[in-house]
Amino acid sequence: MRTIAATLIRDTVARLCMEANQTLSPDLENALRQSAESEPWALAQSTLNTLCENLDAARETGLPICQDTGMACVFCEIGQDVHIDGNFEAAVNAGVAKGYTEGFLRKSVVRDPIRRGNTGDNTPAVLHVRLVPGDRVKITVAPKGFGSENMSRLAMLKPSDGEEGVKQFVLDTVRQAGPNPCPPIVVGVGIGGTFERAALLAKQALLRPVGSHHPDPYYASMEQELLQKINAMGIGPQGFGGRTTALGLQIETFPTHIAGMPVAVNISCHVTRHKEAVL
Amino acid sequence: MTEHRISTPFTQEKAAALRAGDRVLLSGVIYTARDAAHKRLCECLERGEPLPIDVRDAVIYYAGPTPARPGQVIGSCGPTTSGRMDAYAPTLLRLGLRGMIGKGARNQAVAQAMQETGAVYFAAIGGAGALAAACVKEAELVCYEDLGSEAIRRLVVEDMPLTVVLDSLGNDLYRDGPEAYRNQR
Repeated sequence: MRTIAATLIRDTVARLCMEANQTLSPDLENALRQSAESEPWALAQSTLNTLCENLDAARETGLPICQDTGMACVFCEIGQDVHIDGNFEAAVNAGVAKGYTEGFLRKSVVRDPIRRGNTGDNTPAVLHVRLVPGDRVKITVAPKGFGSENMSRLAMLKPSDGEEGVKQFVLDTVRQAGPNPCPPIVVGVGIGGTFERAALLAKQALLRPVGSHHPDPYYASMEQELLQKINAMGIGPQGFGGRTTALGLQIETFPTHIAGMPVAVNISCHVTRHKEAVL
Repeated sequence: MTEHRISTPFTQEKAAALRAGDRVLLSGVIYTARDAAHKRLCECLERGEPLPIDVRDAVIYYAGPTPARPGQVIGSCGPTTSGRMDAYAPTLLRLGLRGMIGKGARNQAVAQAMQETGAVYFAAIGGAGALAAACVKEAELVCYEDLGSEAIRRLVVEDMPLTVVLDSLGNDLYRDGPEAYRNQR
């Protein structure tokens, strides 16, 4: 049994909140820079160049890439042979509070969805925990902005809707989102499971590197086909028109019930953030 | 595509010269306000009280910046999605609000009120908050401090790069831009 102090979890979450908001993962930054080079439409290319300059500005000034520093989604994989010394969930939330306060990040969380009221420290996190073999703790912090989160959708499709039904729902979701989610976007698709599992799969799909593929060639080819169709819509960067509407699309799947085919589409922006650490 | 340098106050005459797709470098005073501040502004009007800011020929920036670090004027400060302010915008437009800066689509009621009053809707680049901060030379709290990032702030900006999305004639870059791209292919 390995012991990990809750304070280490707190400090790690705090550091990841700050890092995630300041630099993109290399896969996404590369995809953005490549799209700026290959974009054929002049206005779109200049917009993409501005987004690349913004990444440079964030590095130089220490400012967050985007002012919407998000609601902190925290994914933890905890080894069965780990003992956490202290209150785990409190440590995660203390880490979010510390990271958002000391990192001068925006506090964007309200304590009640209808009556509102800012919590003042961006807590609580949306926490997902899995128990896994081993004696390690893996923490991923994915701050999620709501300009794009608001454009996400979930449908309980019928099995008879088939592959075409799924593709149509994904494409309709992106078309309806239009300029709102700050294109170029990253699209996370979750297919299968139950109502809530489909949504979680879609979120987890956003954690995968842009350009990576589903291990099943059937879904890998669907990822490529959907990305190509999205980039033929013409929405373009910021919705001003152009080729680059999406930088990546990842699908995650899970077995489902004989009666159902849940599909969730989690829309994310060009600032799709996630940083991880293993303790 | 035409480029303009414009200073506030943003008069009807200045607004009338702009067309969807034009690039603008805006200088002068603008006010930040987003969801919660708009709700309060409209409640203020319902109670028959004067607004805490003069909206006539003013420009409102739909933005909630990150906190400024010591020695910095402001934090990251890109635009938020404007559609959430659609419920409130027509009321402010009819009081003389001339410009709105944000990102994303507006509804028919806003487009209609803009044409009636001769206003313009600009897009700033969504997600480019670190770059936008460089255009902000002064930032001062006006009211609603308890709302944190949603408080109304008076910003002095210099050459803030904007794109006209909706002009006072009803032209819409979000409709025409993608269409032009699709047509040339």
